[in-house]
Amino acid sequence: MSDTLLTVRDLRVVYPGEQEAFVALRGVGFTLGRERLGIVGESGSGKSTAGRAIMGLLPRSARIEASELRLGTTDLLRLDERGFRRLRGKRVAMVLQDPRYALNPMMTVGRQIAETHRTHLRSTAAAARKAALAMLEAVRLHDPARVYDLYPHEVSGGMGQRAMIAMMLIADPEILIADEPTSALDATVQLQVLAILDELVRRRGMGLILISHNLHLVSGFCDRVLVMYAGRVVETCVASRLAEARHPYTRGLLASLPELGHRRPELPQLQRDPAWLADTAFP
Amino acid sequence: MIALQKVGVSFGTGATRIDAVRDVSFVVDAGESFGLVGESGSGKSTVLRAIAGLIAHARGDIALAGKPVGRRRSKADRKLVQMVFQDPYGSLHPEHTVDQILVDPIAIHRLGDAGRRVARALAEVGLGPEHRFRYPHQLSGGQRQRVAIARALILEPRILLLDEPTSALDVSVQAEILNLLTRLRREHGLTMLMVSHDLAVIAHLCERIAVMSHGAIVEQTTAERLATSTVDHPYTQELLRSNKGFRREEGEGLCPSTPAKADPLQSIT
Ligand SMILES: Nc1ncnc2c1ncn2[C@@H]1O[C@H](COP(=O)(O)OP(=O)(O)OP(=O)(O)O)[C@@H](O)[C@H]1O
Ligand SMILES: Nc1ncnc2c1ncn2[C@@H]1O[C@H](COP(=O)(O)OP(=O)(O)OP(=O)(O)O)[C@@H](O)[C@H]1O
Ligand SMILES: [Mg+2]
Ligand SMILES: [Mg+2]
Repeated sequence: MSDTLLTVRDLRVVYPGEQEAFVALRGVGFTLGRERLGIVGESGSGKSTAGRAIMGLLPRSARIEASELRLGTTDLLRLDERGFRRLRGKRVAMVLQDPRYALNPMMTVGRQIAETHRTHLRSTAAAARKAALAMLEAVRLHDPARVYDLYPHEVSGGMGQRAMIAMMLIADPEILIADEPTSALDATVQLQVLAILDELVRRRGMGLILISHNLHLVSGFCDRVLVMYAGRVVETCVASRLAEARHPYTRGLLASLPELGHRRPELPQLQRDPAWLADTAFP
Repeated sequence: MIALQKVGVSFGTGATRIDAVRDVSFVVDAGESFGLVGESGSGKSTVLRAIAGLIAHARGDIALAGKPVGRRRSKADRKLVQMVFQDPYGSLHPEHTVDQILVDPIAIHRLGDAGRRVARALAEVGLGPEHRFRYPHQLSGGQRQRVAIARALILEPRILLLDEPTSALDVSVQAEILNLLTRLRREHGLTMLMVSHDLAVIAHLCERIAVMSHGAIVEQTTAERLATSTVDHPYTQELLRSNKGFRREEGEGLCPSTPAKADPLQSIT
């Protein structure tokens, strides 16, 4: 299953600053097929920035360069805001980090999902409502009818994440970028939500980019994993073999995981090596 | 240090009324770390918010440091207990720089020495001087979470309420924060109440743990018992099973413990 849905080559993103500009991505490259691609990495290494660049959601002031940024046959580098608007939701959707604040605070959760359905599928209000309720149920919300009428500040963290996932899946996108989509879900619901995503990848051939700090989740769920550090991909591995990763940053991550049933008074802390910022290849 | 007696919180009225927290009682001793785990939507954040005095209509009795606290909290009460919220984005003023966010509480409580305190708090959570004059939207998710932790610590509270404090952090930064909390507890006798979905994180920091489901505590257990899977309530057992994560059978995809209904998804094609 390797027809390429997305190609990213040498992506650089610079945020201008008052004193000096900040280079958030320094030449990131990967392709995405009909697979589950995991991205793990340092906090602040540019994972969300990469997702937002693909979605055309970076602040206007950010400078984006790449030798290639292509969604199927669409060249994203040449797309204007109108073009991106046509694309978002339908072809590529993104579950944002902090979903309760990414949703519109003035509109109930259910209406926002229904509106998305109407926009992309040109459905009637009744059909959209029905689809939204079904989607809320699919993401395992206990009482979909109640949640439909809640405003974002009235749902719990995990309910907000599921509402956002529902909203992003409702138009059946080709690619889903999920930025920490399950960090506020208990283990049981997390499994159920991931099962839905898995189903979409296997049955519909959706491409999934899963950004997560949960190493167990990524290695158990994904096919491949990219490890990011300071704006670059420092290592790519087969997900199930993440434990055998070689880059010292990845090794350090694995070492600092707390383990149930193996309590240590102090967790090992990573000693960051300036050499990791250099262009060394860890295949 | 923290004592809850039959605390209840409901939202809404009539058909949409929900009892988010039902008769929750527990005690956390001074210097103890107590964990709260449970289902998404089971009322964990609501319990923390009630303790922080953010829910005016909470029922039942809450005592902090041996004194019952009422609906209106004094400035001293507010310094006693600080909370790290689940969504750092929502709890940080969008138009304030990190510096202002951290200086504000120092000014309100007249602690003085703001410059040094801010620099130290930032260093403790692994942020550099380059982050100090940024706005929240100019930070990554994990950087915002660390600002929220720094803001809670800067007043040197005796009680810290932590709602998923490390969920947006990579595990190396998580280790640094957990070690920092362990040290504060050891050196200053900090009392902590922590919510997390990560059982390993909870068991690392907390000895005693309460499990919530549908607004109520269904079981009080220990890190030890979680680790050895000797828990009593079926919900806790289910949680431990799910915690083992995915089994992907060859070519078969995932096997969740309860298969997701396929039909709702069908309706959207
Ligand atoms: N608007 C902005 N202006 C300046 N710098 C920014 C801006 N947005 C993000 N950054 C910086 O860019 C870097 C990458 O941010 P990004 O949000 O992509 O990180 P991330 O890998 O998603 O981290 P996390 O795991 O903490 O969410 C961070 O160091 C952040 O401080
Ligand atoms: N302001 C509000 N108005 C209406 N309902 C609310 C409000 N705040 C919380 N609730 C409801 O109370 C219940 C408990 O929410 P709470 O945020 O405490 O859950 P939680 O255990 O923290 O879940 P999570 O792990 O997903 O964060 C939810 O059903 C939620 O919809
Ligand atoms: Mg991020
Ligand atoms: Mg919560």
